[in-house]
Amino acid sequence: MNTNKNQPVVGLFITCLADLYRPEVGFATIKLLEQSGCRVEVPSQQTCCGQPAFNTGDYSTSADIARQTIAAFDGFEYVVAPSGSCIGMLHHYPELFEDNDPWKARAEDLKKRAFEITSFLVDVLKIDDFKVDATAPTFNGSVTYHDSCSGLRELGIKAQPRQLLAQVDGVELKEMEESETCCGFGGTFCVKYPDISNRMVGNKTQNIVDAGAKTLLGGDLGCLLNMAGKLQREGHAVEVRHVVEILAGMTDQPALGEAQSSVKAG
Amino acid sequence: MSKAEILGQIRRGLGRTEPSAADRDAVASRIAAHKANLIPARAQIPEKECQQLFIDMAREAAADVIELNSLKALPSAIAEWLDQYSITDLVAAVDAPLPELCKKLPETIHIRTGVAQAGDLASLTTAFLGIAETGTLMLYSRPDSPTTLNFLPDNHLVVLNRSDIVGVYEEAWAKVRELNQGKMPRTVNMITGPSRSADIEQKLQMGAHGPRRLAIFLID
Amino acid sequence: MQITSPDFKQNARIALQDVGLQKALGNVKTGFPHKRATAMARLPEFDQLRDEARDLKNHIIENLDIYLEAFESKVLENGGHVHWCRTSEDARKTILKICQEKNARTVTKGKSMVTEEINLNEYLEANGVTPVETDLGEYILQLRGEHPSHIIAPAIHLNLEDVSETFHANHHKPKSMDPAVLMQEAREELRNKFVAADVGITGANFLVAETGSSIIVTNEGNGDLTQILPKTHIVVTSIEKVVPTLEDMTLFLRLLARSATGQEFTVYNTLSTGPRREGDQDGPEEYHVVLVDNGRSEMIASELREMLRCIRCAACMNHCPVYGAVGGHSYGWVYPGPMGSVLTPQMIGIEKGALLPNASTFCGKCESVCPVRIPLPKLMRYWRRNEFEKHLTPKAARWGIGVWGFFAKRPALYRQLSSFSNLALRTLAGKKARINKLPLASGWTDGRDMPAPSDKTFMQLWSEKQKNGASS
Repeated sequence: MNTNKNQPVVGLFITCLADLYRPEVGFATIKLLEQSGCRVEVPSQQTCCGQPAFNTGDYSTSADIARQTIAAFDGFEYVVAPSGSCIGMLHHYPELFEDNDPWKARAEDLKKRAFEITSFLVDVLKIDDFKVDATAPTFNGSVTYHDSCSGLRELGIKAQPRQLLAQVDGVELKEMEESETCCGFGGTFCVKYPDISNRMVGNKTQNIVDAGAKTLLGGDLGCLLNMAGKLQREGHAVEVRHVVEILAGMTDQPALGEAQSSVKAG
Repeated sequence: MSKAEILGQIRRGLGRTEPSAADRDAVASRIAAHKANLIPARAQIPEKECQQLFIDMAREAAADVIELNSLKALPSAIAEWLDQYSITDLVAAVDAPLPELCKKLPETIHIRTGVAQAGDLASLTTAFLGIAETGTLMLYSRPDSPTTLNFLPDNHLVVLNRSDIVGVYEEAWAKVRELNQGKMPRTVNMITGPSRSADIEQKLQMGAHGPRRLAIFLID
Repeated sequence: MQITSPDFKQNARIALQDVGLQKALGNVKTGFPHKRATAMARLPEFDQLRDEARDLKNHIIENLDIYLEAFESKVLENGGHVHWCRTSEDARKTILKICQEKNARTVTKGKSMVTEEINLNEYLEANGVTPVETDLGEYILQLRGEHPSHIIAPAIHLNLEDVSETFHANHHKPKSMDPAVLMQEAREELRNKFVAADVGITGANFLVAETGSSIIVTNEGNGDLTQILPKTHIVVTSIEKVVPTLEDMTLFLRLLARSATGQEFTVYNTLSTGPRREGDQDGPEEYHVVLVDNGRSEMIASELREMLRCIRCAACMNHCPVYGAVGGHSYGWVYPGPMGSVLTPQMIGIEKGALLPNASTFCGKCESVCPVRIPLPKLMRYWRRNEFEKHLTPKAARWGIGVWGFFAKRPALYRQLSSFSNLALRTLAGKKARINKLPLASGWTDGRDMPAPSDKTFMQLWSEKQKNGASS
């Protein structure tokens, strides 16, 4: 690992779902950051961003978790996560504190430093000659991209992943209809209103299948798990991956919900 | 007292008891200034282009626009228009130039003046203004131009002078304020095309309750 | 109208299985969003106008008391009457009293959601006054004994066959499947009712403080016939509709039609200022404005204040995937979709309305299309917080968040729990990489599989890697 003083130091916010479901997404994110010249650390005091509590209206628990996250990422120049939804939640932290609470300023400060990975690469590092690791297995095939709601509408992530994908040899983007329409995951929504959620994801998978791409990509594992589960239940052959897996050239792992993956560290 | 309760609750929400004299003055002068907000560039264009924009937008809204070189051409144009729908009855407003005009219509057309009745097939009025940005007519109520004429008959024929086309709504309000020493007319109608509804399966049908057709006779 | 908001889940389940309703809802999805997008693209200043509209509404609310008084004094100056009504009941009684003073037997009505809100029709009918809805959609619903399922397209839940049958049963004419013929029937049926009505009731889209005018915005012309033919015109509206000047009204008009139906401008925008003037041959002899509060003034003190900016365009529901899936009636009261999910708990109580602000994925589409930039997800979250703090959140959800929160606040325990749960889910998945039946989450697995988690968590793998001193 190269170290120099100008190297941006990034704290990786792994997110619950990447931690539990898809460690590859964490490693792919680290790889992308390191190959872009960042030094990456993973603070051990992080857990969840607190969104389930926030969206249930439990502001007290949300604030406790916010304080813990703010403290865990103190001192990092940037905080990066492979999720627009979780970073979106970090951007909500200031709403949890009164104006005269010192945590408010710290929350504002964290908000300024917190980025979703594709937005970080494009908007902050301004990588314009993005290249996939030449030694990695090449990905050949068509993809379609689902714009996850929080990333799209809270953080303005739309062009960034497409801009990066356009520089990956062998990737053909086939846009689906209504790529900006919610997949029905919605965190606790899919548990509280499963019937409605199921209808929404059914509408979504219809558009995905109609796009005719081999692989569905997105930037949020919640949505991807939801859509993968529906595609598989419906028996469609579309494979589902997080966009960083393609960008980092880490497609040797089975897609989401495909046969047993054996994760190797690094 | 509902009024006192409502105002009291609003004021509690705003964190005040009574508005200060300064607050009241600020509101009064804001109203008096009636300043324009952002005006889209679309209709802030030279006069000729503005007139063409009015025609295009009115036609887009399904109005029939008949361009005429002079007032002289109007009687035959109206007669022709009515004839294509085999209409022989017309209820007309009585502001200038309509009475003179009506005298020149063929005798086969029966003309009545006054308010409209259910069952009237066609009415004839003038328009106060045309507003280019959306192809909108502006009419207002007064003794010689009853408002029912604009809504009850199946067909509404409107005479508009080309010189009465303005670009944007704001210009129209300035002209409305010049009427009746600044007192707002009882009814001001902005009309953009004929009546319609999409309440059945979102399929647009023309002629819901108001006129099925709107014909604008545009005079040079 | 009967409130069924507490049964939202059940309503939604039925709606999802209703083939006819699902077909009709397809018309929302394919129509409105596309038309709005087209109209927006034709007006490059659209987003700037939205910013100005948001700021102007904020200014109005900050001075709402003063603007309302200014409006009232202008109405009085023009010879009209203003009635201030704190509650729905006040408003109903006030309106009935005016009708009774005029010995009114029939009342024509333009489309008005406020009259739905105060349950006016049933009240008038119970007191011997017959209300006749004249908007085509509202007329269809009145014949069917239904309420609107959408604030600007009230009958959007119906299909052509439904309207055809309803008209056939009521108009005693041959059955037609041609929308043009059906509309013509309604036109003929209502023509005489317009003329015969004693009182006309309309809503108002805006009230202009400068002139004391009310404005209605319609495509059909029914609102105009309602207000110019009877001897008495009653405007039933709510306190947040006031705007300072004609120019300010114009700002909102430029946004309203484009956001609602995607039209450049609605066909009829009509300003009414007082009763008929000397020498006028038509127009109402009396002009009344009934100003309804019904909980709105209380919203000013809370985060809900921003909801008072709403101009009732329906863009939020037209773009809402939840509304699109279950339709307006599922929401169980007058206002559906995102704006309804914010307003309903205020008007019927959070105890009855709590399921509505929860029925959102917070996808944010509603906020992104709102012409006055109301942060609808934030306001729905306001209600969830209110619900949580009042201990109204369902026990299972509260317990779940409690247990989860306990671990989430303790990173070391959280690591152990996540490793353990991965192991458990892995075991359930077996050799397959997904789970098709999951205890406690059957809602998920009834309709889709649950991809199985990884063998080890990222944090386990990362710490192993750090211990090995490996570096990529």
